[in-house]
Amino acid sequence: MSDLRSLYQEIILDHNKNPRNYRAMEDADRSLEGYNPLCGDHYTIYLKLDGGVIADISFTGSGCAISKASASVMSTVLKGKTREEAERFFVLFHDLVMGQRDPAKNLEELGKMAAFGGVSEFPARVKCASLAWHTLKGALEEKTIAVTTE
Amino acid sequence: MSLEAHLETTRVAYDVHRVRKDFPILSRKVQGKPLVYLDNAATSQKPASVLKAIREYYESYNANIHRGVHALSIQATEAYESVRRRIQEFVGAREAREVVFVRGTTEGINLVAQTFARRRMREGDEILISGLEHHSNIVPWQILCEQSGAKLRVIPLNDAGELMLDEYEALLTQRTRIVALGHVSNALGTINPVKQMIAAAHRKDIPVLIDGAQAVPHLRVDIQDLDAEFYVFSGHKMFGPTGIGCVVGKAALLEEMPPYQGGGDMIKSVSFEKTVYNDIPYKFEAGTPNIAGVMGLGAAVEYLTAVDHLALEAYEHELLEYATQAVSAIDGVRIIGTAAKKTGVLSFIVNDVHPHDVGTILDREGIAVRTGHHCAQPVMQRFGVPATIRASLALYNTSGEIDALVRGLHKVKEVFG
Ligand SMILES: Cc1ncc(COP(=O)(O)O)c(C=O)c1O
Repeated sequence: MSDLRSLYQEIILDHNKNPRNYRAMEDADRSLEGYNPLCGDHYTIYLKLDGGVIADISFTGSGCAISKASASVMSTVLKGKTREEAERFFVLFHDLVMGQRDPAKNLEELGKMAAFGGVSEFPARVKCASLAWHTLKGALEEKTIAVTTE
Repeated sequence: MSLEAHLETTRVAYDVHRVRKDFPILSRKVQGKPLVYLDNAATSQKPASVLKAIREYYESYNANIHRGVHALSIQATEAYESVRRRIQEFVGAREAREVVFVRGTTEGINLVAQTFARRRMREGDEILISGLEHHSNIVPWQILCEQSGAKLRVIPLNDAGELMLDEYEALLTQRTRIVALGHVSNALGTINPVKQMIAAAHRKDIPVLIDGAQAVPHLRVDIQDLDAEFYVFSGHKMFGPTGIGCVVGKAALLEEMPPYQGGGDMIKSVSFEKTVYNDIPYKFEAGTPNIAGVMGLGAAVEYLTAVDHLALEAYEHELLEYATQAVSAIDGVRIIGTAAKKTGVLSFIVNDVHPHDVGTILDREGIAVRTGHHCAQPVMQRFGVPATIRASLALYNTSGEIDALVRGLHKVKEVFG
């Protein structure tokens, strides 16, 4: 049970049940879809940009608890951040779920994202956790074709 | 009599614990727990006799077939052709030459679509499939539609996941050139009344292909009784190796069909001016085939033939009933696919928990299930779910394993509160 709890931490269960910023954004500057064709997870990320700052971010879609919580936590972390900061968070998150960054040693930097530290023990779930982040990256890079994990 | 008591009586005729001993992998552990393998619709495990047949071929008579005059090649060719005869008997084909070796169901359906159906399609003609099909019995027909201007028509399902037969009759029109139908649904386990459906198509002179991938591991198939023009299946779902399967077709049709691929072995003579194709089935077996796979498939057929099939079908029926009752008794679980006639598959969802999360938690308990759309996205759309959890059974599964699944599902509910 302990390793399951390390995957399904309270923060993840909470964000899955009550996803934050879960809405379509009518006046978004950018939006992009991302999906995982293998398991059917499918999200749209919406961004409102003010100069180099993410003034607002929201998402819609459906998928497993890990993917949904990841999109929700991402939205709370990135609101009000600059593009450069967002890119740094992307790398942090990526390294975390790939097991290349010990959440215990980087708690301050990671904040709520540290809850995804257990994902690296579940290789089949890394793509679930990173789907929203890859979609965000695509949106920031002004991609228009949906991002997929495959 | 209670279901458990029923299982007990079936056990007298069918000794599942003895069967389990034939499958070496079943004694391994996963995550420190005994493996509970409930992903048989994806691929089945292999008995020791299948592994031995493959090994024996490579160790003692490995050679190419149909070409050498030396002892090893003759022995390999004889063994290869004897498997063809064994399969002919297994599915009740008229002649061994009606059995064509292919890579699997997918390749078999593509072969029939491109060599048999393509020549008969004109713009506006119709191809009739069902709403239960696996992607491999959808996409090859869509490709053919693109090539020919034909239209794809789909037999709808009712809420239990059964084909609507009145609609089917109405969909058999003067433009229908072929019906392609799954025998057993991999996503829901529904057994389609294929004999009756084939007869209905034949009344209008429409040929029928049956995708038997999920039927051969569970049901005794008699191709002459069904009277299908083509019956296709994969070895790996019926306890044989991957990369080998069969198209069993009526000889007269196979003879008039052009080859699928060109190459060695499928010809009688080749010159730059004129090439004469080989007879059936060799015309469809270009290049060096999966000889070891054929040997393994032969052993799998032998294994299945030795099983008392009536006892097996009774046992599997009871086990699926047991699983259905046990799983649907859990609060918040909904079974998807409640057809009156089913085999081997229990598809379900757990309220407020995504199937993928269920799959991960079960995996930690050593339980292998498939979660997702099962290569049958239209079925998922029909039931308004993105995915399901699928426990699929084979002849070595036990009621104890179903109990483990139920405990695992309680754990899911614990984690997700
Ligand atoms: C009903 C059905 N048809 C076709 C296939 C495709 O079989 P294969 O992947 O062996 O070609 C499968 C297996 O996934 C199946 O379950």
